[in-house]
Order: sequence, then structure tokens, then C-alpha cells
Amino acid sequence: MNANTASPSQADRRLAKVSARDVNVFYGQKHALKHVDLDIRANDVTALIGPSGCGKSTFLRCINRMNDLIENAQVTGSLNLDGDDIYDRNIDVVQLRARIGMVFQKPNPFPKSIYDNVAYGPRIHGMARDQAELDEIVMGSLEKAGLLAEVKDRLEETGTGLSGGQQQRLCIARAIAVAPEVILMDEPCSALDPIATAKVEELIDELRENFTIVIVTHSMQQAARVSQRTAFFHLGELVEVGDTEQIFTNPQHPLTQGYITGRFG
Amino acid sequence: MVERTAVISPTQAAAGRLKQRYAAERRFKALGISAIALALGFLAMLLVTILGNGLTAFVQTNVRLDVTLDAETLGVDAVNPSADALGAANYGQVIKNAMYKAFPAVEGRAERRQLAALVSSGADVSLRKVLVANPGLLGTTQSIWLTADDDVDMAMKGHVSRQAGAEGNRLTDNQLAWLDQLEQRGDVAKKFNTALFTTGDSREPEQAGLWGAVVGSFFSLSITLLVCFPLGVATSVYLEEFAPKNRWTDLIEVNINNLAAVPSVVFGLLGLAIFLNFFGFPRSAPLVGGLVLALISLPTIIIAGRAAMKAVPPSIREAALGLGASKLQMVTDHVLPLSMPGILTGTILGMAHALGETAPLLMIGMVAFIVDIPASPLDPSAVLPVQVYLWADSPERAFVERTSAAIMVLLFFLAMMNVAAILLRKKFERRW
Repeated sequence: MNANTASPSQADRRLAKVSARDVNVFYGQKHALKHVDLDIRANDVTALIGPSGCGKSTFLRCINRMNDLIENAQVTGSLNLDGDDIYDRNIDVVQLRARIGMVFQKPNPFPKSIYDNVAYGPRIHGMARDQAELDEIVMGSLEKAGLLAEVKDRLEETGTGLSGGQQQRLCIARAIAVAPEVILMDEPCSALDPIATAKVEELIDELRENFTIVIVTHSMQQAARVSQRTAFFHLGELVEVGDTEQIFTNPQHPLTQGYITGRFG
Repeated sequence: MVERTAVISPTQAAAGRLKQRYAAERRFKALGISAIALALGFLAMLLVTILGNGLTAFVQTNVRLDVTLDAETLGVDAVNPSADALGAANYGQVIKNAMYKAFPAVEGRAERRQLAALVSSGADVSLRKVLVANPGLLGTTQSIWLTADDDVDMAMKGHVSRQAGAEGNRLTDNQLAWLDQLEQRGDVAKKFNTALFTTGDSREPEQAGLWGAVVGSFFSLSITLLVCFPLGVATSVYLEEFAPKNRWTDLIEVNINNLAAVPSVVFGLLGLAIFLNFFGFPRSAPLVGGLVLALISLPTIIIAGRAAMKAVPPSIREAALGLGASKLQMVTDHVLPLSMPGILTGTILGMAHALGETAPLLMIGMVAFIVDIPASPLDPSAVLPVQVYLWADSPERAFVERTSAAIMVLLFFLAMMNVAAILLRKKFERRW
């Protein structure tokens, strides 16, 4: 497969989990994202890197339509999830967000108990028929997020009382509790200390088995550590996309090289 | 970081300026403290005046009389009186007879009338209550404490002089002498003024009570709460969470802020025009009062509600939406519970404001003289602040202390509501 081109062919599209073609985002007059073509493969961790304001977070928020919430934001082009058009009129955005979970930059647990934090998603989607099933989902999600051992004796305590790293893993548990297919992570470690960061990165690597992950990060080391594919954005354009190893060892585009070697950023 | 810069200013001029800066700060602090002291001084003056004027209203002078509950004088059947007959019996004559018996030396119609006037003209009501509750007392002689007339009350409390002919004294020389005698016998005493808390308004100060106004205020505020809490919360939720931000919503926001500043008497006129003239609701009723007060407190609640919802961090909203919650689920599951303490605090403060509101209620006829305790929000009724206004307008000396007492009761309720608001805020306050 040709990993080096920024504009994949139509045939690739069917293989991709999430596929973007000619995606543009405007915030009012501002053209924030320009003609992005990008395929995200299933069960890969795809890292989006680039300097501040390059549009990587904007692209991420297009995938689960969080940009809908911003006044006068306008998205054009085509974005598919398993061949379904994400921006189709008939797509229910609530259903879509159940299929595409999100973890935010700052840990944002609900000011409720740890249990209720994780149980909230399954509850609103009616995923559990009874309490036992709900318990199973909650415990399973906490287990997968690597948090169960730390919190199993205090599930009734409030989620905001946990440490920053634990809060972020709680948010990840909350996201995977609704069994999404894709998890979007918007700089999930930028508010965490190095030890908590290491734990979350380890977790991301484990989650790859069951989920497709797209992660926005400012740390190139992090991108190199956790991702299989890396996409480099600059000034709203997708400059280069490819296997992580190749992007970091043999970048094709001079801008990518400049960013990776720290000449700007 | 290693080198420490010199603490002393490099130049003489800078040192002088530093001194000036400290002096300015000291002056500013002194100004602030004196402003607070002045405010506290005024508050203390207000409280001292009200307490000094009004504390005595919580007791009432009573006269003890040996009342013979004679069936013939009462005009009821001696053996088996019906309840209706006992209710309509002539208790006034029984009391008069008891007075004449207490002062056998007094003769002549004019003097006897003066003597009878020492006891309140409403004393027969309390006597009736005694007998209706216990018909077995018929035919016996009971030693009963009866409410004294307000002039006697004022003299006993020392609000007017007991010197004959002194200014403000409405008792005759004879009455003063009889009062002295009663006092020597120990038949005059001040007792807790139950009438103040159990009866409605009256032309006779010693019988006038606040209960009618308290019930009226309760009904009015209940209507206000029922109308403006759901309306206010719904409005603020829509404006804050759902409405698009455009010129129309900006206009609405500006107008809501303006409404909060509209003089309340204007709302009273609006209520008069709409609720009374157009819908034909009953005059002087807590229903209309409550609706008008709801109009007044609605902007306050909307503004407080929106502020409380703004304070909920956007990350909570994003978290809920990111999990696939609908916008309504986001509001009901997260935004509303988190902002409820703020909304409730705003609501209670709005209610407290409504409780003290007078002018708009004058517009819709709640200033009428109403003796009965309202049984429903449709009955004519007074409210506490209007009762204060009515009593303050009355010429009798005894209404002066009752006005202050009514103010104390009003302030008590206001303070309670504010305490409730503070406790709510303390209890549910969250930090992120």
C-alpha cells in the first residue's frame, strides 16, 4: 500500500474505518481546514500532529460532529464512517457519537460517583437490561481502562476526587463503556504528569486491540510511542500522512522534516 | 534569582512616592471602613427604633374579672343550651355586669359606661370561645383574664402618661382611678399577645392581628413561586442552552435585564389592567397579588438562572454530548442539577423581594381593610407589607407599636428566607 501520498485513491476508501475527502471547515470567514483527504485504518492508533492552530483538533472534532456545537462553523466535503456519510441528513448525531467516543484535553469527569460516571453512557443508550448487566459493563470498562484495581473499593466516591491521571482514565472508561468503534482523543495527556502520561499511553496501546483510535498530540515523542500512523497538519492543510516510523525517520515533505527536527513548532 | 536586588529605592523621589502610595492605601482603607461603619450605624439605628417601638406589642394588658356566666343575662336556655345560642349569646352584658360588681360604688349611666370601656369591646369574643369550648361552665362564676382596651394598654405600658389630663392621655380621671385600684388588687397584668398572631386586622388595636396578612402573604408567595419558578427556569434553559445567539436573542436578553429594573408600581398597573380588568379575577385576592409578584420576580430568576448555568463548565456539556447524550439529556442530567443551587438561591432572593413588595399590591386593591383570615387564594386578603402600611396610617397610639411588631415579623421572614438561600448555597456549592 502506498503510505506516502497525501491523497489516497478511491479504492483505499473502502478499507478505511474513517475516511475524509476534501474536508473543509470554516469558522465564519476563517478557512480553518483546507481540502483534507485522510483515511484512518481500523485498529490503528493514528496520531495527528502539527503546530498550534494547524487544524488537527478541528479535524478531530469533525469526525464526531462536535463542530456542530460551535456557532457559525461550517463543514464541507465528505466524511465516512464504515461507508456511512457522517454528515448525512439522515444520520442521527446522537447515534453517531455513541459509535465515536471522545476523550478531552482536560479530564472532565461528571461531579457524580465513579460508578455513575461510567454508567451514564450505557444508561442513556439503554445498553443494560438490568442492574447486573450494568454492573458488568461498568466493571469491564474500568478494567479495560486499567482503573478497576485502584477504585473498586470506592465506586460511590465522586469522580472529581481522583487524581488527574485517574480522572483521565475514568474518562476513557466512560468513553469505552458505550462500546464505540472509534475513540477520539484530544491531547489526552497534556494536563497530566509524566507517570500518569505513561499509564495512559500504555492504555492506548492496549485499547488498540478493540478500538480504532485517533489522537491529537503536541508531543512528538508521544506520537512516536503510541501511534502506527501519523498525519502532519500545517496551517489547515494535511501535509503528509504515513506510517509513524517512516514519518519520523524519513519524512517526504520539507515542512514535516522541519517540524520533526524542531526547526519550528 | 541568585542576586538579591536592593530593597531600598534608588532615589529620594522614589522613596517619597512610595510613602505617598502607602498613605493612599491607608486613606482608601479608612474610607472603606468608615463607609461600613456608617452603614452598620444606620442599620443599628433602624433596629433599635423598631425594637424599642415594637417589642411591647408582643404583650397585651389583660384585666381579671369574676365573670358570672348567668344563663338569663346571656339569653340562653339554662339547662341545655344549643351551640348556636351559645355562639350568639349576649356576652357583652355579662362582662359589663362583672365590671359593675368589681366596682360596686360606681353608679350613673355615664360613669358605668366609662367603667365598661376599660375592657376591650372585643373581649366578648374570647369569653364566647371559653363557653363554647366548655358549655358546662354555664351558671358558674369564673375568674377570667380579659383583654383590656388599647387606651388602658398604652397607659399600662407607659407609652402615654397616667397623669390626668396629660398630653395623649385618653382616659378620664375616673378611669385612671379605677385602673389604679385594679392594679392594687393585682387584677391587671401583661400577658403574651396571642391575638397578634391568631387574628386578622381590626379597627380596635388590641384585637388587631397579623395572621390574616401572614396567610395572605403565604398564598401570594405560593402563587408567585408556582408561576415564576417553572417559567423562569424554562426561559433561562432555553436562552442559555438552546436559543441561537443572534440579534433577536440579544434583544430579548436586553429586555429581560431592563424588566428587572422597571419600577414595581408599573407591574401593579399592568396587573390591574390585565388580571382584573381583562380576565376579571377577584380584587384584593392573593391570586392576583401572586401573579403580579411573579411578573416582578421573573426577570430576577431568569438572570440568576442563566448566571448559574453559565457557571457550569463547558467541559461537562462536551463530556455529555461526546457520550451521545441529546441536548435535552445534557440539560436535565447535568446542567440543571449542577446549576440548581444557584437557581434556587436566585429564586429565594426573588421571593424575598416579592414578600416585601407593597406598591404593586396597592394597585390591585390589596390595601383593603380585611378582617377575615383568607381560606383560599381567591379570598380577599392583606399581605404583610401592606398591613404595615395600613397600620402605620392608623391614628391610634397602640397601632404605632403594632406597626413595628409587624415590621419585625416581616423582617423575620425575610431573614429566614435569606438564611435558607445561604444554607442552600453552602450545602450544594461545588468546586471544579
